[in-house]
Amino acid sequence: MAKLNLLLLAVLVACAIGLVTSQHRARKLFSDLEREQNRSRELDIDYGRLQLEASTWGLHQRVEKIATGTLGMRAPDPRRVRVVARDKAR
Amino acid sequence: MSRAAVATTQGMVRFPVWRARFVLGALLAAFLLLAGRSVYLQALKTDFLQEKGEARYSRVLEVPATRGRILDRNGEALAVSTPVKSIWAIPADVELSARERQKLARLLGIEVAELNRKLSEARDFVYLKRQISPETAETIEALGIKGIYQQREFRRYYPGGEVTAHVVGFTGVDDAGQEGIELAHQETLGGRPGSRRVIKDRLGRVVEDVESIRAAQTGADLTLAIDSKIQSLAFGALKAAVEHHRAKAGALVAVDVRSGEILALANVPSYNPNNRARLGGAQLRNRAVTDVFEPGSTLKPFTVAVALEAGKVSPSTAVATAPGRLTIANYTIHDAHPAAMLTTAQIIQKSSNVGAAKIALALPREAMWDLFRRVGFGTAPELTFPGAASGKLRHYRTWQPIEQATMAYGHGISVSLLQLARAYTVFAREGELVPLTLVKSGSVASGEKILSTETARAVRAMLEQAVQNGGTGPRARIMGWRVAGKTGTAHKQENGGYAADKYLSSFVGFAPASAPRIVLAVMIDEPSAGQYYGGVVAAPVFAQVMQGVLRMLGVPHDAPLEPIELPGEDEAKEST
Repeated sequence: MAKLNLLLLAVLVACAIGLVTSQHRARKLFSDLEREQNRSRELDIDYGRLQLEASTWGLHQRVEKIATGTLGMRAPDPRRVRVVARDKAR
Repeated sequence: MSRAAVATTQGMVRFPVWRARFVLGALLAAFLLLAGRSVYLQALKTDFLQEKGEARYSRVLEVPATRGRILDRNGEALAVSTPVKSIWAIPADVELSARERQKLARLLGIEVAELNRKLSEARDFVYLKRQISPETAETIEALGIKGIYQQREFRRYYPGGEVTAHVVGFTGVDDAGQEGIELAHQETLGGRPGSRRVIKDRLGRVVEDVESIRAAQTGADLTLAIDSKIQSLAFGALKAAVEHHRAKAGALVAVDVRSGEILALANVPSYNPNNRARLGGAQLRNRAVTDVFEPGSTLKPFTVAVALEAGKVSPSTAVATAPGRLTIANYTIHDAHPAAMLTTAQIIQKSSNVGAAKIALALPREAMWDLFRRVGFGTAPELTFPGAASGKLRHYRTWQPIEQATMAYGHGISVSLLQLARAYTVFAREGELVPLTLVKSGSVASGEKILSTETARAVRAMLEQAVQNGGTGPRARIMGWRVAGKTGTAHKQENGGYAADKYLSSFVGFAPASAPRIVLAVMIDEPSAGQYYGGVVAAPVFAQVMQGVLRMLGVPHDAPLEPIELPGEDEAKEST
């Protein structure tokens, strides 16, 4: 009887320690997950901000102004433009 | 013998039995009371108590949902949400020296007096400044002022500015759509903030996710049919024309004939959606979609189409238009270029009111009404956009002969510019009416057959005549592509009558005429710099934008590349 009791006590202690470690690991993993999720959100926000920046720099009025002003470019005379149909080119 | 006597004889103090029973009973009662209490707490009040217990460590966190982006057809951003911070305070908790106040006010970008006023309010919660940049927010946080807190919010940015303002619309401070696409697609763009229950430790760190009450749904991105390059070109050309002709307003719609996609939708005056401090109703109006006007001559092709469809006339049928006037019931219709005799094609080319009226009067009222109705006049277009106007088309049973005559050249009926552009797809697509969309579809839209292919082609040929020298709209022509279209110069309605000196100049057309790809409608409201004919005011905008669009889309030329010789301005004269 005493032997069985000792055995059960050992099992109980093992289970208790197991529970505690798994709980601890779950919490650790969860905080990792949390961190990664935050990072993904941050990156997404960064992407949005960069997209915004790209759009602002690439604003057509701005491109047009720089092209005609600083770079002295102009649209070619339509007579000097050749339109090539895609199927004919192949 | 008494019990007491017995006890004494045995040498012990012997208590009466009832006393032991009493103590036992009392103890039992106490246990029962405890058991009852525990049953009450464990079984009956358990939910309440557990809730209270959990409230000590479990918290419900709001998971914010980012609003979806709005992109143009090539993936360029038109509206993007980025996080910002709002600074709020509990005024009673804030203790600041004068210098600190000055510093804080400078960081927040407000006056010290305003800061003081806000901090002296008797409320528990007061916003000091909403939507400031995360960098500034960090600096403020570093000051470590007691009683000042931050809250994360999103702010919407519109890189397109005034160019795409009317299409995209804007959101309010609470991140909900208020105008345009932002409002129309609020449901999908907005997403849904989620919430989850977590366990927090003493320091406020989340240690365990208990449950996800509701998963946050990020708003879906929306790709519009708008091409920001075309939009930019259109807006620029329209703005220049409105300024040059000192007009009140202008609007423009460009539609892809194959897919029914709206490639550009521009309005002047416009506004900057990023800074809406001083905003009037006039700037906010999306005229192309929400405003209706009497279209004038741009409606004549539909009258002629009804007659062709009914077999009443052919393009070469001669109509007597002498002497350039027609009087019906005390009302006289005038022509700007009086002629004795005009063919049907010439009526369109010269924009003859008398001719159009005569053709209309030979038609059954019902046939005209039916076509007008079927090309979409009088009903709001099926477009997910707030405030799309339906215009006005009265039932044919109420038409008087004079009304039937004036309707032939676009008076007594009102349409929006968008409806007009859509109606013209009938001529551009062999008689099919194309449903319009502001969202990118990328596929050929199936149209509804309204006119026979022959009629559509015949009208197309007439519209091409109208932009040749001798027609009213030669300024709509462009080098390298054949153009077809119709001018309109309508007197504006005012106080129940027509104003003598207020006009609405328009041009609706498409190109290339051999295989139309783009329908473009231009409207200039009240040009007041002297010129007001649609062929002089609106047609050049059409030409400028159309040329750019066809070049950008790489549409093959269908006309020789020769410079265009334009006649004098007299040709453009028309009285509607």
